[in-house]
Amino acid sequence: MTRLDDALAALQGSAPLNLSRRAALGAGLGGGLLLALGIPQRPARAQAMGGLAHARKVPSYLTIRPDGRILLQNPFAEGGQGIHTAVAQIVAEELDADLAAFEVQTAPAGPDYQVLFNGTRRVTGGSFSIRNTFAHFRVLGATARAMLLAAGAQRLGVPASELSTEPGFVIHAATSRRIPYGELAEAAAALPVPADAEPKTGAFRLIGTPQKRLDTRAKSTGQAQYGIDMRVDGMLQAAVVHAPRAGAEPGEVLNEAALRAMPGVHSVHRLPGAVAVLADSFWRARKAAEAAEVAWTALSGQPVVPQDFSSDGMREALRAQADAPGNPANDAKGDAPAALRAAAKVVTADYDAPYLAHAQLEPPSATVRFNPDGTLDVWTPNQSPEAFQGIAARESGLAAEKIRIHSPLLGGFFGRHFTYGNIHPMNQAIRLARAVERPVKVIWTREEEFARDAYRPMGFVRLRAGLDAAGKITAFHATVPGEGPVAKHFGTARMGNPPVDTSAVEGVAFKPYAIPNHRVEWVHVPHPINVGFWRSVGHSMNDFFYEAFLDEVAEAAGADPLAFRRTHLSDSPRHLALLDAVMELSGGWRRGPYEAADGTRRARGLAMASPFGSEVATVAEVSLRDGEAVVHDIFVAIDPGRVVNPAIIKAQVESAACIGLSSAAFEEVVFEGGQPQQRNFDTYRTLSRAEMPKVHVRIVESGAPMGGIGEPGTPGVPPAVANAIAALTGRRIRSLPFGKHRLGEA
Amino acid sequence: MIEITVNGAPRQVDVEADTPLLWVLRDTLGLTGTKYGCGVAQCGACTVLVDGTAMRSCQVPVDSVAGQRITTIEAVEADPVGAKLVSAWVALDVPQCGYCQSGQLMAATALLKETPKPSDADIAAAMTNLCRCGTYNMIAAGIRQAADAA
Repeated sequence: MTRLDDALAALQGSAPLNLSRRAALGAGLGGGLLLALGIPQRPARAQAMGGLAHARKVPSYLTIRPDGRILLQNPFAEGGQGIHTAVAQIVAEELDADLAAFEVQTAPAGPDYQVLFNGTRRVTGGSFSIRNTFAHFRVLGATARAMLLAAGAQRLGVPASELSTEPGFVIHAATSRRIPYGELAEAAAALPVPADAEPKTGAFRLIGTPQKRLDTRAKSTGQAQYGIDMRVDGMLQAAVVHAPRAGAEPGEVLNEAALRAMPGVHSVHRLPGAVAVLADSFWRARKAAEAAEVAWTALSGQPVVPQDFSSDGMREALRAQADAPGNPANDAKGDAPAALRAAAKVVTADYDAPYLAHAQLEPPSATVRFNPDGTLDVWTPNQSPEAFQGIAARESGLAAEKIRIHSPLLGGFFGRHFTYGNIHPMNQAIRLARAVERPVKVIWTREEEFARDAYRPMGFVRLRAGLDAAGKITAFHATVPGEGPVAKHFGTARMGNPPVDTSAVEGVAFKPYAIPNHRVEWVHVPHPINVGFWRSVGHSMNDFFYEAFLDEVAEAAGADPLAFRRTHLSDSPRHLALLDAVMELSGGWRRGPYEAADGTRRARGLAMASPFGSEVATVAEVSLRDGEAVVHDIFVAIDPGRVVNPAIIKAQVESAACIGLSSAAFEEVVFEGGQPQQRNFDTYRTLSRAEMPKVHVRIVESGAPMGGIGEPGTPGVPPAVANAIAALTGRRIRSLPFGKHRLGEA
Repeated sequence: MIEITVNGAPRQVDVEADTPLLWVLRDTLGLTGTKYGCGVAQCGACTVLVDGTAMRSCQVPVDSVAGQRITTIEAVEADPVGAKLVSAWVALDVPQCGYCQSGQLMAATALLKETPKPSDADIAAAMTNLCRCGTYNMIAAGIRQAADAA
């Protein structure tokens, strides 16, 4: 099966997602809950990933108010990717409603929102959301529409078959009567939920068209509420200072009395791996926390980062395993080592990429309040409400069903807000609120965030390719020593036998090129620091490794990079069409170097990637200035099979291209002495306006099964730029970021 | 007590003199549209106008702006230039996560009030706030559209 299935099999039932299935608290919809009766459900027609297990639970998802406003509970979190708009767009299509009538919020923890993994789990991630719930939300909208039609039939005393809908209205054409949905919702809620309503056939009105986002105005006027903006009556604010090196515990706060005498300070607390100060404002808490003199003691309890841990040392530890025997990814075929030995020409190279911070602009926070009725409210940025609910239950000692997880808008996420262990503002806020018997908000400063991120893992690969006399690849053998976030956080027990961490090898494995002898091996080398999912995960570096190396192999074969790729994709019409699309978009292939109209000397690089069920081809146009690469234009052709909102897709591809370029050009967290050296944006450089290229996007709807959108635009950019740099300079950059190399003309 | 003027209204705040304006706005006055991103004037999420000039409020001690006019995102549409920018942002769907956009809009407002028809170089010089979602090109398009609407 596919790598995706492997990854999901790995995730299924594993600890961090293995949550209580007990019923959650009420959905918290408040007043105006009209379509809200419990209804028996027909058995789910389970699909591989999404399924329809919860697709007819209309009351859990939709509230139509008397004024016609439609409140939608979205299982997914909105962090810029447009998921609130895209999900509403699907429901609006089938409900036959105006998209602008929708208000969308992330649903609370609860069984009815487990729309992934055959109706058993949910996360906002993996570019899973739309492709796995498209059918679910179509059935949901169609079911709600059928309920409104039934209510209309009752009210008008006519058969439902005589009724139709226009956006927001039930229509009886024979008598020219129109009833707004808002007037029917209460009656509809009293009717049984039909078990047989089916999505419409024929042309779509909204799906496939560029529709406006629902959240733009709030985000353009300061009205959008993020977790960090949360305020509850009587709360204290906390600033924390973590141990310089992860794993140390606070012994004594030597100047505690002086800290408590500072303005507004309430109290000083020791937490696992950190010290916290509570005050009546965040600034006062922070000033005191930064003044704390802490005797950090022996390491205990938490994962320990060794005192001599460094990025340089880790890179060499990975390199030392680069010829070790590993476990093969499941796309192995033939006998790659033997074919390498028999090859007319062999190309070998090592590539590496650094640890990265997520650097989402909103620092982490959590606000918690224990209530007199024994319940607990938690507001915290998250991509997985049930996982956070489970952790909150352990931390608080309450039953999960006593805990309401509120999931605010995310000020960026890129993988940051999964559960990555217990060093988290929510855990800290729960302990502090318990201790002082008041609501508490914890905010991590940027410095604390960069010190306790779950970093994109450092990556390393040894690549070996064999060419025959005709210049075709006969053998490919890669060794990937390291560890991805899947092995780190879910263990290797469910990764097959022998286990392979797909999050470590994806992008080196699972490429579309026809190579008769092929083997990608994974050697498990754990990271002593915390690592996590970072936009496009393994692909974020592995497609750079592979596609930059592929240009090296093409050069050894004396072939043009485009022609070389076509040769090895000759049996794949989908990929050939995608190459045609990106070449048309970019005005035709020319590798260069050539002189541009402005007198700069430029070249282009090409790369392909197959991330998250979508296919992507990327071309970058690059020149050099003062030893740095200048990226002028990025052209991306993306084939996600089929689309819901092309405007959001284009915005996401541009966003993904930006972070891809940023990571390749500038970003690096360097560890020395067990500590990250970059603690804020002054030393962790991300792409600014000045370096932003034009991004041109072409969407190709091949009709293949729907793929992901949020992440696939990222992986092609680093190799496309690296290949352009090689064309300009003759120099292969095999170690990211580009910014640590001073580039000169060839 | 320190008196500052925020969005046209005089406000008395009982905080230490060196408290950054950012935290006075967010915690003391409850104006959370102005965002904390870095605290070291690198990212620009906290940008507000002080007597019409864009400033990064995380590095502005509150006593240094006593008596000056402070404008935050909550009042951006009260300014005709700010209102045009918001209209352009809405028309183009500029924001993604949105967290940096308060600061971007305040920086853009300062730019257009000073330079109603900015060149690309003017935009590049004035708009140095970070956006992790990569909306830079859309921000520039929004500024141009608002300038053209003037």
